[in-house]
Amino acid sequence: MSMAEKEQSGPALRIEGLRKAFSDVQAVDGLDLEVRRGECFGLLGPNGAGKTTTIEICEGLLEPDAGTVELFGLDWKRYAGELRQRIGIQLQETQFPDKLTVEETIRLFRSFYSRGLEQEELIGLMQLEEKRSSRVGGLSGGQKQRLAMATALAGDPELVFLDEPTTGLDPQARRHLWELVEGLKRAGRTIILTTHYMEEAERLCDRVAIMDHGREIALGSPVQLIEMMGGEEIVELGTARAANAGTARAADAEEFVEKLKAIEGVREHTEAEGTHRLAVSGLHSVAPRIFALLEAEGLHLSEFRTHSATLEDVFVRLTGRNLRDE
Amino acid sequence: MSNGWAQSLHRSSLFQLTWTRFRLILREPEAIFWIFIFPILLAAGLGIAFRNRPADVLPVGATTAQMAQALNAGGGLRTAVVNEAEGVHQLATGAIVLLAVGEPQGVRYEYDDTNPDGRAARLLADRALEVAAGRRDPLPAADRLVHETGSRYIDFVIPGLLGMNLMGSAMWGLGFSIVEARQKKLLKRMVASPMPRWQYLLSFLLSRLTMLVIEVAVFLSFARVAFGVPFRGSLWQLGVLCVLTSLAFSALGLLVASRARTMEAVSGLMNLAMLPMWILSGVFFSAARFPAVVQPFVRALPLTAAIDAMRGNMLQGLGLGQMLGPVAILLAWFVVPFGVSLKIFRWR
Repeated sequence: MSMAEKEQSGPALRIEGLRKAFSDVQAVDGLDLEVRRGECFGLLGPNGAGKTTTIEICEGLLEPDAGTVELFGLDWKRYAGELRQRIGIQLQETQFPDKLTVEETIRLFRSFYSRGLEQEELIGLMQLEEKRSSRVGGLSGGQKQRLAMATALAGDPELVFLDEPTTGLDPQARRHLWELVEGLKRAGRTIILTTHYMEEAERLCDRVAIMDHGREIALGSPVQLIEMMGGEEIVELGTARAANAGTARAADAEEFVEKLKAIEGVREHTEAEGTHRLAVSGLHSVAPRIFALLEAEGLHLSEFRTHSATLEDVFVRLTGRNLRDE
Repeated sequence: MSNGWAQSLHRSSLFQLTWTRFRLILREPEAIFWIFIFPILLAAGLGIAFRNRPADVLPVGATTAQMAQALNAGGGLRTAVVNEAEGVHQLATGAIVLLAVGEPQGVRYEYDDTNPDGRAARLLADRALEVAAGRRDPLPAADRLVHETGSRYIDFVIPGLLGMNLMGSAMWGLGFSIVEARQKKLLKRMVASPMPRWQYLLSFLLSRLTMLVIEVAVFLSFARVAFGVPFRGSLWQLGVLCVLTSLAFSALGLLVASRARTMEAVSGLMNLAMLPMWILSGVFFSAARFPAVVQPFVRALPLTAAIDAMRGNMLQGLGLGQMLGPVAILLAWFVVPFGVSLKIFRWR
């Protein structure tokens, strides 16, 4: 494929063998990724998984130790000027000057691009009409984040990077921002976002890569990843021995786990801090059998929860840790 | 036509960056105080403290009316006739600084020779009495009193304050804003856009030079109107000196801010850079008073060069051509730190 063709039709982003170490941590440890044009791609993982380092290398803000990064088939070394014009970036923790107004901030960033959206369009797109003359210092967290998105869109970018766009926002502001991101998707922009909210990735992303310790540990659409769990429902239960049933023996506990696993429809079992976690299919038939087993064993329920499997469960299954542990 | 021009100015990133800097300064009340009001308050305070008063008249006592008349005629003394006991008491309480006691053979002066006023009164009184007694001075002498503008303390200190103010506003203005932008990740956000980096730095210099015009005009107008401070040299050359001074200190501010990540770090560096100049560069008294050993160091400081050149212009009417030394030092302080900071600047 020629350079020009690649630029027209190739992936929006291609990463190969990416590595980056800081003084004592291997932040990114051999990562390969491809992001298609027009898709919303999520980098998912706990804090410290290497998401931000990866995204900043893609944004041309960090130099990788090894590996290649190409945006639209162009590399940062030779095409930095062009790439800067074609991408939009929202960083994790930018604080715009408190004493500038929303309009002034947008106008400043718009002036950096040779072509792009008009100030009014940007304000409209991010629904900042009422706040146009307010100073940045007086904006809420959600409004500040929308302003950051407006500056990211100033150059009418083909590819938008959003680094943890909803971290620290209240649920209402988060949903509002999701709607705005969905608007960008409909307009056909390629979006790459990082998040540690699984819910966010499930709702917004066409595909996600789950990262841990600088590596990709799973890749696919949210639905595919959840199917990987082997069951669509998750059951969490805790047990307590009934008062009149005597003392428990270790062998009893093991036996109980074996009996749980033997129930038809239970695909997987893990146990953490006394809570059993089962991936099941056909909850309606599995649940009565669990209760029957408890009855037969003389055990009481101390907790019982079920939910549809989420990316969070995928992460727990892959790493044995909760996403927000660290 | 002019509309199109205005629009392209509006779209220019250099204009937007500079105008943003300017806005941010104007919206910071503290900055306005330190840049505009403080130097005027300082100049006013110093002007009042060191204003020229008429020469003091010293109170003395004499034991005879004849002597008192002779003393009053001599000038500089205000004489009361007292008896000796009364005079000694007044001397002890500081009501008079000298007592002239008539003696059969002549006169006896009683005074405290560790008190300068006492010694001055002794000289004045003795001259008055000797002249009254018929002394003729073999060497004719004449006095010409000097109270003219240009040699007063306020004339000396105004160029010093101007230099100090230009140093402070350039260094604080650049250093703090840059480190704040770095700390708040704004700098990183800016370089993630296609903004040309040189424009970001240039916008600081341009907004500084715009502020400079207002700052210098306000301060010097005040000095002129309130104290009649002279401007003997060419005004445009004084303007050139101010611009050069401001550029040199902006470059130094940029250098100090080029790596620092926190406000605490940059404050420390800033004080470290400015402290020697506050002390050594002759803002309040002549730098020539420092020992010869340290003179080469003192002369090489940008503030010394700036103040020397401004005093040369304002007080002596020297042209730039006569002050090539200080001008060259200022230029060097602009070029070298600017070049170094461009090399080592931390954009993240």
